[in-house]
Amino acid sequence: MNMYRIFRAIEEIDPEVYERINTRREVMKEFAHVGKKLSLAALPLALGAMLNKAYGQSNTSASVVDILNYALTLEYLEASFYSMGAAQGSALIPNSNDLTAIQKISADESAHVNFLKAVIPQLGGTPVNKPNFDFTANGTFPDVFSNYQTFLAVAQAFEDTGVRAYKGQAANVMSNSTVLQAALNIHSVEARHASKIRLMRRVNGFSNSVKPWITGNDTGGIGAVVQPVYAGEENTVQAGVQITGIGGLSISASAASEAFDEPLDMQSVLAIASQFIKS
Amino acid sequence: MMKHQDVPVLQDEPLMRKLPRRAFLRYAGLGSAGITALLLAASCHKDHNNSPAAEEVNLGSGDVGILNYAYALEQLEAAFYTQVVQTPYSGITDMELSFFTDIRDHEIAHREFFKAALSTHAIASLQFDFSSINFSSRSSVIATAKAFEDLGVSAYNGAGVYLQTPDYLTLAGKIVSVEARHAAYLRELVMTDTFVDTDVVDSNGLDLSRKPSEVLVIASTYIKTKINASGLPQ
Repeated sequence: MNMYRIFRAIEEIDPEVYERINTRREVMKEFAHVGKKLSLAALPLALGAMLNKAYGQSNTSASVVDILNYALTLEYLEASFYSMGAAQGSALIPNSNDLTAIQKISADESAHVNFLKAVIPQLGGTPVNKPNFDFTANGTFPDVFSNYQTFLAVAQAFEDTGVRAYKGQAANVMSNSTVLQAALNIHSVEARHASKIRLMRRVNGFSNSVKPWITGNDTGGIGAVVQPVYAGEENTVQAGVQITGIGGLSISASAASEAFDEPLDMQSVLAIASQFIKS
Repeated sequence: MMKHQDVPVLQDEPLMRKLPRRAFLRYAGLGSAGITALLLAASCHKDHNNSPAAEEVNLGSGDVGILNYAYALEQLEAAFYTQVVQTPYSGITDMELSFFTDIRDHEIAHREFFKAALSTHAIASLQFDFSSINFSSRSSVIATAKAFEDLGVSAYNGAGVYLQTPDYLTLAGKIVSVEARHAAYLRELVMTDTFVDTDVVDSNGLDLSRKPSEVLVIASTYIKTKINASGLPQ
């Protein structure tokens, strides 16, 4: 991405662009500085931050920052969880292939944390601090780091929640297409994680019904304690179109619900996550 | 179905008199891809139904164009999995057949949903050429399935930012995560622990995005019907 070319193009639309931010020289200096610290992928976000500053889109930028901080909180949760799990090694995860998978997910979640922490200041916000977590959920999962079955069950709940959380916010960050693009690209990675965790539960014999996709509002044998994670997933009507039996074909209610993941609003997600947050 | 929200925004914001704000931010944030979106915004009043050539389908433009693009890809996937389940490869396990049947049903559901939602704007049914796939070979089928799913994920991720209507974006999101679930499962069938390998997920933990033009070039190997995507962001 050529920042100079972009600024030249903006100048043509708005000759006073630099006065709105700073002097031309300062802007270019700032970008040269930012460019050293951030990966190329995060640069457009830095540009977005500057434009927010220039055009005072305080409402938009505030809400986008809020949403990114919300995402960061969830990523802290996942990153801490997997890093603590992976640290247990074979004592928790007996199969070496599974350990590799958990390490890969852990690396992705840490990357998400670092990415969001780099991006939020570029939009004029302050990244929230990492909360203190209690992965036993106040004693609900006492053996979460010593019983592999429990560990994967909690992992599944986190990943499926993550997918729903990002999905629920996509439309709220449409005003900033760079943020939207990043959110979409994290969203599908969370779904890949969810699929793999679910497959691991199935292959390890922890659930003989769980599939890589979500069937109805089924918890995959984890039980009522994670039911809020799956509330509404049983939906079989999309945009007013009944998916069960659509086109005269034999699409069952199970398949109809599996074919579409459902979004979850911020309040519901935070209610789920807060069970694992001590302070 | 197409919305032209540009005009009221334009009037509300004298600062951005020459450009709708959303298009401007998109333009600024996305570089050349954004410019395409901008040009499209200016040209999307064009009639997208004007007489296509006989064996060609025109996806149209604006949100309809994006949805038809998704419909085309879902048609491809549904046709492929229908064949997989009809003529299972030798040595298929019960779990594999069961999951392939699920995936087939999901893709049929997606296809039929787009057809119903697009209604009179929907493109015709496409014709496919799967002659390069050996349906009796496990590795051939799984490799193709994996490629289709990864392609689908990158296609939805790449097209999502062009949608103007929030409800469509949410709908696309409901589908793309299911495609990503398929992709991860199929990648595990090819080789264990490849579900987030570096060919699909970058060092920031972000999935791949592909532009419609890139996706359609890859997909065209299997699609006989000529697809006119000139109304889509390239």
